[in-house]
Amino acid sequence: MATRRRVAREFQAPPLSRADVEALSERHHEPDWLRQARLAAWDQYESMPMPTTNDEPWRRTDYRHINWDSAGVLLAANGGTYEDIPAANRQPLLGEVQGGMLAFVDDRLVHREVDKKLADRGVIFTDLRTAAAKYPELAQKHLMTHAVTPETGKFAALNAALWTHGVFLYVPRGQSVTLPAHSIFYTTRPGATLGHILVVLEDGAQIDYLHENLSPTLDSDSSFVGVTELIIGDGANLRFVNLQDWGHHVYEFSHQRARVGRDGQLDWITGQMGGRLVKAFMEIDLDGQGSWGRMSAVYFPDGKQFMDLDTQQNHNAPHTTSDLLFKGVLKDQSRSVWQGMIKALPGAQKTDGFQANRTMIMSSEARADSIPGLEIKADDVRCTHASATGQIDDELVFYLMTRGLPREEAEKLVVDGFFVPVLDRIPFENVRDRLMAYVERKLLGQA
Amino acid sequence: MGAALEIRNLHVSVENQPILKGVNLIVKQGEIHALMGPNGSGKSTLANTLMGHPAYEITAGQIIFDGVDLMDLETDERSRMGLFMAFQYPVVIPGVTVANFLRNAINARMKAENPDSKGIPIPAFRKLMIDKMNMLEMDTSFAGRYLNDGFSGGEKKRAEILQMAVLEPRIAIMDETDSGLDIDALRIVAEGAEKLTDSLDMGVLIITHYQRILNHIKPQFVHIMLDGQIVESGGPNLALHLEEHGYDWLREKQNGNGSVS
Ligand SMILES: Nc1ncnc2c1ncn2[C@@H]1O[C@H](COP(=O)(O)OP(=O)(O)OP(=O)(O)O)[C@@H](O)[C@H]1O
Ligand SMILES: [Mg+2]
Repeated sequence: MATRRRVAREFQAPPLSRADVEALSERHHEPDWLRQARLAAWDQYESMPMPTTNDEPWRRTDYRHINWDSAGVLLAANGGTYEDIPAANRQPLLGEVQGGMLAFVDDRLVHREVDKKLADRGVIFTDLRTAAAKYPELAQKHLMTHAVTPETGKFAALNAALWTHGVFLYVPRGQSVTLPAHSIFYTTRPGATLGHILVVLEDGAQIDYLHENLSPTLDSDSSFVGVTELIIGDGANLRFVNLQDWGHHVYEFSHQRARVGRDGQLDWITGQMGGRLVKAFMEIDLDGQGSWGRMSAVYFPDGKQFMDLDTQQNHNAPHTTSDLLFKGVLKDQSRSVWQGMIKALPGAQKTDGFQANRTMIMSSEARADSIPGLEIKADDVRCTHASATGQIDDELVFYLMTRGLPREEAEKLVVDGFFVPVLDRIPFENVRDRLMAYVERKLLGQA
Repeated sequence: MGAALEIRNLHVSVENQPILKGVNLIVKQGEIHALMGPNGSGKSTLANTLMGHPAYEITAGQIIFDGVDLMDLETDERSRMGLFMAFQYPVVIPGVTVANFLRNAINARMKAENPDSKGIPIPAFRKLMIDKMNMLEMDTSFAGRYLNDGFSGGEKKRAEILQMAVLEPRIAIMDETDSGLDIDALRIVAEGAEKLTDSLDMGVLIITHYQRILNHIKPQFVHIMLDGQIVESGGPNLALHLEEHGYDWLREKQNGNGSVS
């Protein structure tokens, strides 16, 4: 593995240009509206500086060590197939039946199947590029217009200009689907990918959806610039599980935002395991009266991994409820940051917001920061937070060891138990098992 | 021949504070010993030290179990050799069910013996659990609950004995297992422990403040700890004597001895 000496650097931008935007759009014969939107986003991108540690949301996230020479080169597919994705990740989520599966290797769609039960109900589950061509009104209406917009930030604009591949999941009004949808972004080689997820649930629609970001260990720096948009109509209900298991050397910069309509519900669970550095903004907007949003996370950095999860719970209407539970375990010299904000707009009376970030530290060199925040402009609200950081409890480990469990297994049980309250929120048993297996690999696979 | 646990001139400090000051005791398989003594005299310190708790530093002396010096062994190795402690204050393990935990514990034993072992099959494990829970008159729903999480004081103690029953140790230390148990629970737990003692030829060190558990499991030996030392050993009558007279006579005897020597 080639390691190069790095001198102190500026916060550099990747070596991408307007010509890359034009070439990408051209190559895929994209409709004109999309090409125009990309170019406008590029202008937006160019008008903004790269974020630095002087910017509040980036204060603790120093990505200067990224090597854009490899991480900033757009990755083109070179023959990777569906079978390259680990078999465990390709399993159906419930029993034998795959509701819908959309898999991308590098920037290319390699597999698409949609069960007839979904198609019959008018569910659209396809790659975003196809959706832009086949369903232009839908795509144009929702793509980066009201969840994540290009103005949101430098990387949001970059994704808007240059997204290389994406998922479009659409559930029509009143359709409640029991079979889950599942998509995977799998990267095989170093380079830059920009993935986009757009989920639209019309009023009264309901579905469960799992998306996974994965790669094996890559041998030089890579980047993933992602945007996730979840649009949940009045009375609609989405359970969204997002797993991230990038290999070493992957830097993720992503913006993820949900908008929930009147009496709508969002249950959003994320598992963050891999990557060299992850900076993810996750935001829920409770726009409609009576809406409910829950955000849960398990995260487990080890080695020199750095994870910065930046959450926001926006109460924009009365009688809205939000609930956040993040649980992190840190090993080795890893670092995590969680900064969470609950906002209540004036008039968002009778809202109830809660956030808790709990971390368990397994090494004296690891460090976890928790920065809760409240910004309440309404007067009749209940917003609270709770955070706790501590070492793994030696008394628990000792107790388990007195029953004959070797230290690593005792620690694994303690960690599993710590994660259980979040894992129990994942509606797919084999996904819970898979996360447990990641945890085991982290605990026992000490390099 | 059964194994023996031999404690020789054991000195233990916590945070550089000497707590045990030369303990000598031998517990053999098949024998029942009671260890009594006032609060803070060092009984739990002894129990935790025997299991290898990292907070307790052995500054002098030895612990030999089945001919092996325990100083060199990790806590889990001591357990797999057949040493067990029922905790005075069992900890809560959030998110880990009793069944899951015990299956892991059994499998750890099987894997230590044979690295290729696949562990105990689920049906066999289920039967084992049900048998032992029946013996202790425990509701089988306990198996699915998180270990000690929300358990009442008595339930925690029963869960400790359940673990003892499943793990089948050669020498067990029961640290105030009787406290917090109501009369019925005390009888059930004590009889369960007695059955195990007989069927496994288990040696037991019962740490207690009260005579009542000793009515169910009759000790051959009673020892009294005062300020980090065993100052008196005798037969079952010693416990009855304590019940009546407390510890003052021993303290006086100690002080008397102190001024003479
Ligand atoms: N982990 C510890 N940290 C600090 N001090 C300790 C620790 N363990 C024991 N001690 C101290 O050692 C002394 C003996 O305590 P120990 O728990 O062994 O007493 P005990 O005989 O079991 O009492 P009890 O009958 O109340 O259970 C006490 O002064 C106690 O405060
Ligand atoms: Mg004690």
